[in-house]
Amino acid sequence: MDTRAFANRAWLFVVPVMIVVLFSSLTPMMTVVNYSFQDTMGQNNFFWNGVGWFQNLLDPTTAVGQRFQGSLLRNLLFSAVVLAIEVPLGIAVSLCIPKSGWRVGAALVLIALPLLIPYNVVGVIWQLFSRTDIGLLGVGLTAAGVPFNVTQDAASAWFVIIVMDVWHWTSMLALLCYAGLKAIPDAYYQAARIDGANRWSVFRNIELPKLRKVLVIGMLLRFMGSFMIYTEPFTVTGGGPGEATSFLSIDLVKMALGQVDLGNAAAYSLVYNLITLTVCWVFFTYTTHADQKDAA
Amino acid sequence: MADITLDGIGHAYGGAPRSEADYALKPIHHVWESGKAYALLGPSGCGKTTLLNIISGLVIPSHGRLLFGDRDVTRLPTEQRNIAQVFQFPVIYDTMTVAENLAFPLKNRGMARPQIEKRVGEIAAMLDLVPDLGRRARGLTADAKQKISLGRGLVRSDVSAVLFDEPLTVIDPALKWELRSKLKAVHRALDLLMIYVTHDQVEALTFADKVVVMNDGRAVQIGTPTELFERPEHTFVGYFIGSPGMNLLRGEVSGAEARVDGHVLPLGAAYPNLAGGASVKLGIRPDYATLTQGEGLPVTVTRIDDLGRKLLAHVSLGGAGAQSLVASVPRGMGVDLGPARLRLDPAKTHVYHDERRVEGRSLTAGRAA
Amino acid sequence: MSLVLDAVGLKRGDEVIIADASLDLQPGTMNVLLGPTLSGKTTLMRLMAGLDRPTSGRIVEDGRDVTGLGVKARSVAMVYQQFVNYPTLSVYDNIASPLRVQGLAKAEIEARVARAAKLMRLEPMLKRTPAQLSGGQQQRTALARALVKQAKLVLLDEPLANLDYKLREELREELPRIFAETGAILVYATTEPGEALLLRGRTATLHEGRITQVGPTAAVYRDPANRDAARVFSDPPLNELAVTVAGGTATLADGRGFPAEGPLAGLPDGACTLGFRADAARVATQGGGLGDGLPPSGPSFPGAVSVTEISGSESFVHVVTDAGLGTVVCLVEGVHAFEPGDRVAVELDLGAAFAFGPDGRRIAARGGRAVATGPGLRQPVPA
Repeated sequence: MDTRAFANRAWLFVVPVMIVVLFSSLTPMMTVVNYSFQDTMGQNNFFWNGVGWFQNLLDPTTAVGQRFQGSLLRNLLFSAVVLAIEVPLGIAVSLCIPKSGWRVGAALVLIALPLLIPYNVVGVIWQLFSRTDIGLLGVGLTAAGVPFNVTQDAASAWFVIIVMDVWHWTSMLALLCYAGLKAIPDAYYQAARIDGANRWSVFRNIELPKLRKVLVIGMLLRFMGSFMIYTEPFTVTGGGPGEATSFLSIDLVKMALGQVDLGNAAAYSLVYNLITLTVCWVFFTYTTHADQKDAA
Repeated sequence: MADITLDGIGHAYGGAPRSEADYALKPIHHVWESGKAYALLGPSGCGKTTLLNIISGLVIPSHGRLLFGDRDVTRLPTEQRNIAQVFQFPVIYDTMTVAENLAFPLKNRGMARPQIEKRVGEIAAMLDLVPDLGRRARGLTADAKQKISLGRGLVRSDVSAVLFDEPLTVIDPALKWELRSKLKAVHRALDLLMIYVTHDQVEALTFADKVVVMNDGRAVQIGTPTELFERPEHTFVGYFIGSPGMNLLRGEVSGAEARVDGHVLPLGAAYPNLAGGASVKLGIRPDYATLTQGEGLPVTVTRIDDLGRKLLAHVSLGGAGAQSLVASVPRGMGVDLGPARLRLDPAKTHVYHDERRVEGRSLTAGRAA
Repeated sequence: MSLVLDAVGLKRGDEVIIADASLDLQPGTMNVLLGPTLSGKTTLMRLMAGLDRPTSGRIVEDGRDVTGLGVKARSVAMVYQQFVNYPTLSVYDNIASPLRVQGLAKAEIEARVARAAKLMRLEPMLKRTPAQLSGGQQQRTALARALVKQAKLVLLDEPLANLDYKLREELREELPRIFAETGAILVYATTEPGEALLLRGRTATLHEGRITQVGPTAAVYRDPANRDAARVFSDPPLNELAVTVAGGTATLADGRGFPAEGPLAGLPDGACTLGFRADAARVATQGGGLGDGLPPSGPSFPGAVSVTEISGSESFVHVVTDAGLGTVVCLVEGVHAFEPGDRVAVELDLGAAFAFGPDGRRIAARGGRAVATGPGLRQPVPA
């Protein structure tokens, strides 16, 4: 219910924040928009290029288009794989967390540890871990006769990056699900015992439906995280071998800062941004729609 | 189907009680007969929920034994007790339809499909859920959801008991009427032992064949609604049953007379066991204390409550520090603040010593002699 | 301070939330808003408080138009059905919080909190936090906070609904007295007719966002102006029978005729609805009447008991009539546990019934005023 009073001057407090936001994000953003519609021959002389950069980017027959499409598909595959592993694993872990006693705290701290490590450090850890000369994983796999080389073999690189992401982020889903599970009243479990339900039935008919909202949020966060991933794979593989692990962010940075291809990079980042916003919007409308259906 | 026997069941949280006060539930002996409806009635913290939890298996009592028929179930887990329970708030399985929700306890016990459908149909018909059977349970109103919970509690015909834990809390006041009646009818139709926990006297008195009135961890009286109204065995029952509750007046009793604030009141029985002039309380319900235009105690009306269908007068027995009581005003009689006459029905006036009712000796025998 | 609502309305889109509500609230009075859930009681209170802005009409405070003035600019205290307290503050600090906002001196705050705590019998609990209190104590804390503020308008939105009924009985008696001393306008929303009657004062009945009747509480109960007001003010629900009046005879839907007396006397020929509360319907068993022994003044019909609801000192017997007239709820004094299926006859006391026209309005013979007989009330009950 609306609880606003009409004589409300609270918006005045928001003004400083809005000014900061204007300078810190809107101005650079407009610069990018500016670049995406113009071309330059250097010397800071710009001329109108219309939607040329965008046509270039979205046409898979051009070199830039091909690059973009490749990175996009790679990135989508990466997000799909990571979600497919982390969501069920997160739920499974959350179900194993003790419900009471000192072990709750111990388990939660242990599970939260990976979340506390800075992204680039995570990358360094796994880069070292998978090296075939000094890394435990690399040395171990090689000794076991498994062909494994992150810098040469695309499958190895993907394997390490996926395992790294699962290691880094499953904890977040597990903690979210744990909070969701804790919110289920005891009466549900007691009713299920009285109704003679088995463990699977309790999970399928009580726990999973009650986790639905938490899972939607968790999946959204993980999709965004994996879709915009940069630091960790860049530290481990640098986008290689070849283009094998060049995800959108990595590719974009290469294009903008490595090759100073400003027009293409500007169009690239705007389209990238648009995709993220669209996914956000779809998630948002889906969840609010589902809520309304519940309330009806 | 069997009786439930409470054989000295008592509970003290944390184990060994040192005094009576340490008991959350003081030891109780009672047999609940199969097919009957019982209510546990009392204010919050009176121990009724502890007793319910002992029966459902959530709490293992520190004292006594719980028998379902001849079987000692004191330490058995909930799922081996063969009971059904309806909770305060609706517990439904979100992803299932109404019909699937109702069928769930039967399906889990491997009942054959045609039998399940028949039973679900019967229960749904009793609770007016038939039009909703195919709908998903999640989208329904709180009332409908609670009806599903009720239905799931009632769907098994082989349970030892169905427990209700304040099941009408979330129901809209306008619909409580309907559901209370429904539950009563369902009990008559299903012939199950039902135990209903509530702090609401209307729910308890309407639903139950026998009501267990609880206060401070103790079952103070177990009786039919009529007994609780006409012959409260404890002052708490007199106070708790009835709106307003029973009038309690401090006084002295000798023989078949009571002395209250200087007035002499005749009693319906003689109390030779109470020593002459014993300090007791007299209990009389407002329904049996009536203002009258004829002979009666001189009193002063200090306040009049208009309940619409009747008037209640608050009267003072006169004088400073005198006690006051609530009396009813007969239909058609006018009433004003100020002096009035009060008639107390001697046969309906009870004597309480140490908060417990004292049984008097009938006067008719004495008169005949 | 007086508060006048002048044809206040609230619309959201095309939906009418409150329709043309007009009320005149005087200082030191108890004003009851009686209506079922979602009938607009809370919304009306929010409009009075200045929490919502009406889309039409005016709100006038002491002759000053305050329509659209926010709650901060008004002197309002509100208590809700849910126990709303600051969870981390002690009871003392909870009660003192509105005074601290007003910036009163410490000694003044202490004195006022002490007085409110005494009236609400919270003195032993002042150091506790709300979580350590029972429901009744929590709500008394919220009430003390409203009291201490000395607001000119006190809005109580079903304040006792979440309490045990014994606690409700006690607080219902104390509340009007405690707040009356402050001279504030008291507005009390409730769904229960019995509560409205015990609160006395004036009552406005609400039905779907519309005020259906306003007047002294007992008068509205005895003399409902229309069917909606009568329904809202009946618990158990109002019994209703469709009758046709022709030439001094009333005919029920089953064809049974009886002399058109009581509210039906002198009515022009046509269809109307006979409405009566449970206390106007007596139950007679084969062993004799259970009513007050008076001869029936209206029709009687046989039926079977479907259920008996027992409220402690009264029994409401639901009787399914044989003639297919539906279920009639009858009142029997005392506790009488009729069994479902018991055969009884319902005797209707026409003198205590109302007649409503097809449009739902109360109707009476020309020249005669429709007044139902109450239980021997010589004059208005002193407040």
